[in-house]
Amino acid sequence: MYETTFLSSTELSEDQYRKLVAKFEKILKDGGAEIINLEHWGNKKLAYPIGKAESAWYTFIEFSAPGDLIKKLEQEYHYDETVIRYLTVNLDKYAVAFNKKRREQGFGNKNNETKGE
Amino acid sequence: MAEHHHHTREGMGPTATNQIKNTRLAKKYCRFKKAGIKHIDYKDARFLEKFINEQGKILPRRITGTSLKYQRRLSVAVKRARHLALLPFVTDRSK
Repeated sequence: MYETTFLSSTELSEDQYRKLVAKFEKILKDGGAEIINLEHWGNKKLAYPIGKAESAWYTFIEFSAPGDLIKKLEQEYHYDETVIRYLTVNLDKYAVAFNKKRREQGFGNKNNETKGE
Repeated sequence: MAEHHHHTREGMGPTATNQIKNTRLAKKYCRFKKAGIKHIDYKDARFLEKFINEQGKILPRRITGTSLKYQRRLSVAVKRARHLALLPFVTDRSK
């Protein structure tokens, strides 16, 4: 199980952004991934400027996939100019349980003391 | 000469400065172990902010009381959050 987050430039129009997300969804599905969850965190202000940008579109995807797909995904992130940051994480059993709980409790759950029980 | 007053400090290890004394007197425990939390989420900036100082630096264990195991995971989480610009690397507080 993996989760990936990528930041896209705000210079994208709404439509271009949607196309971009669809592109990565396709890459995942074509590679044999099963997308568990996809979140749009919207336009968030960055804690520090990245290449002159002060904010970015945050997209978050949870999925299961064969291992070799990850390399391909990250390559695609790297090629795309509108993706300014990305991070893919392999989830251990605690992380998987945490994510599940987080999804069930609804998004925007910033309540911390119940994590990972 | 006045009597030689032998000053002993019981139950406390040597402290470098008096400022550290306060953190040792209170019952020190790891909040993660106590709450049974197993996973520290790097995406939760508001939670992680509790563990960084105003300069953005990660707080040492002796201040937060965190156990080594969880401090390491915390550290990883903070660094990932920094990579995703959810937390700053440095905050510019002009002092």
